[in-house]
Amino acid sequence: MRKLILSALIATGLAGASSAALAATGGEPLMKSEFSFNGFFGHYDQAQLKRGFELYHQVCSNCHNLRLVAYRNLADVGLTADEIKAVAAERDIDDVPNDEGIVSKRQGRPSDKYIGPFANEKAAAAANGGAAPPDLSLMAKARVGGPNYIYSLMLGFADAPEHHVVPEGKYFNKYFPGGNISMPPQLMDDLVTYTDGTKATPEQMAKDISAFLNWAAEPELDARKSLGLKVMVFLGIFTALLYALKRQIWKNIH
Amino acid sequence: MSGFKTNNKVVSWLDQRLPIFSMMQHSAIEYPTPRNLNYWWNFGSLAGFVLVVMVLTGIFLVMNYSSHTSLAFDSVERIMRDVNYGWLIRYLHMNGASMFFILVYIHMFRNLYYGSYKAPREVLWWVGIIIFLAMMGTAFMGYVLPWGQMSFWGATVITNLFSAFPIVGEPIRTLLWGGFSVDNPTLNRFFSLHYLLPFVIFALVFVHVWALHTVKSNNPLGIEIKTPADSIPFHPYYTIKDLFGIGVFLMFFLSFVFWGPNFFGEPDNYIPANPMQTPPHIVPEWYFLPFYAILRAFTQDIWVISAKLQGVVAMFSAIIILFFLPWLDTSKVRSAKFRPLYRQFFWLFLVDCLVLGYVGGKPAEGMLITIGQIATAYYFGHFLVIMPLLGKIEKPKALPASISAPVLKEKA
Repeated sequence: MRKLILSALIATGLAGASSAALAATGGEPLMKSEFSFNGFFGHYDQAQLKRGFELYHQVCSNCHNLRLVAYRNLADVGLTADEIKAVAAERDIDDVPNDEGIVSKRQGRPSDKYIGPFANEKAAAAANGGAAPPDLSLMAKARVGGPNYIYSLMLGFADAPEHHVVPEGKYFNKYFPGGNISMPPQLMDDLVTYTDGTKATPEQMAKDISAFLNWAAEPELDARKSLGLKVMVFLGIFTALLYALKRQIWKNIH
Repeated sequence: MSGFKTNNKVVSWLDQRLPIFSMMQHSAIEYPTPRNLNYWWNFGSLAGFVLVVMVLTGIFLVMNYSSHTSLAFDSVERIMRDVNYGWLIRYLHMNGASMFFILVYIHMFRNLYYGSYKAPREVLWWVGIIIFLAMMGTAFMGYVLPWGQMSFWGATVITNLFSAFPIVGEPIRTLLWGGFSVDNPTLNRFFSLHYLLPFVIFALVFVHVWALHTVKSNNPLGIEIKTPADSIPFHPYYTIKDLFGIGVFLMFFLSFVFWGPNFFGEPDNYIPANPMQTPPHIVPEWYFLPFYAILRAFTQDIWVISAKLQGVVAMFSAIIILFFLPWLDTSKVRSAKFRPLYRQFFWLFLVDCLVLGYVGGKPAEGMLITIGQIATAYYFGHFLVIMPLLGKIEKPKALPASISAPVLKEKA
């Protein structure tokens, strides 16, 4: 038994060494925020997801898309069916060709994936000084630090250090690799008015948007962690029984 | 075949025509197993268990995956979001790959410690190395399938290695790519081979077990089964012990699946592949890192032999050399338990492999290059110098008379 634990330790050590080796990135060490979905029993705070959605909807979505998220998924965030319909209908996409072969536009539907603010990648780049704003569906998984990276980045705008040159049309951000980011600082007091009455401070908004984008990247997190708990309780009992049985069977051998 | 008796007429009819029940009786129930196997002997059956998990989850993933460059990434995300329990199946498969390597590495180091590769188990060991090679190929191609940034650039770096070989190198690379760069044909052939190779591994595992049952298991004392008292039947003793092992292993495995599913992964692979943008730091999956470090340890062209070719040859040699281990090790004694010197060099070698893994995951700069080179030299030195010499100079401790002797003595 002791040897098994040792082997597990060696295995995690192996893996730990490699992933620590991979964690290096540009910019300052990230700030760490407390999220409700961290940890063993973690789960999303629906009120926070809703606030994050409101911020995304009113501000971020003007430049960034969530192309892997469907409007119907917003039910997880606490939107009603009618609200989801209304959000989906805000943007138009090409309909299928009609009987004459003419393609016209139609409003988005809850079953559609998010419709982006720009017609295509080139249009997005052209409207934003040459760099298309990245899609945010997986941002919380595609950067080292995940939600802490988003949280830090949102609050990381500052005056550039003396020796650091910020080119025209870029902004200095402590946490962005290389330091120069195309996105202007966004968060200022009362940028949005939250429907639940929470005061929209930059700190609050950074937290809310990080939580919302983590949900966009890992919508299965709640189901995953709660299923995990049940599975572990079962396995714990089952393995203990197997061990007892093993002892019983081996009694005469030792 | 031995002692299979039944009163069931149907079973008996079938068994006379295809002795499937006799075979199970012989190989899975009566199979004589040393009575003193410790928990390090659980890892073979655990690896077999993970192979089954990988094949099963893989089959269900394929039902929802599209192997086209324009669809692959989104089809994986669809599995994660819209397929019922798709996230569970994919995370099991993703983490299962890392688990497979953890188990097999432990299995291999167990083998090194107890000298299981020595006569008469050389062929058993060879088949094991071939399984390891097939696993590496399968894992590498599987990592390409989600078509993220690391998939694409990892595939580019690794396939480019083959171009280092003179004359045949370029055609091999073109053949792997199915074109002139990593692109849709590459993804399609990798997908096809990724589905094929696990079944090849299955066949190899069968051969591995066949060889094992011919020569029987080694054991912590490294001496053969001599009397009936030395062995016990596989069932129920080792079936229950292996089942208990699977329970413990599942808790380890699933804690990653449920609470840290991307622990072993690279964030960059959640960015869709972009041939126009190279990630700042391309790294293979963790289980390749020691070999990646050996590859990068060669930095000087020697005459017409490029540093790249030296690295590629060294990397392949690092595995090929394992085939010769039964003869490079000149000691007659198997188990490190009775080899006071080898026992120390075993741990040094393990540390060396961990150092190589660490160096392989870091950018090749500064001190790390030198450390990587020293560790690479030691890796080969261990096999080519230390192992042959140890057998000559080491004075092994006295071996017990039989497997059961120390056990019975303890009892008395």
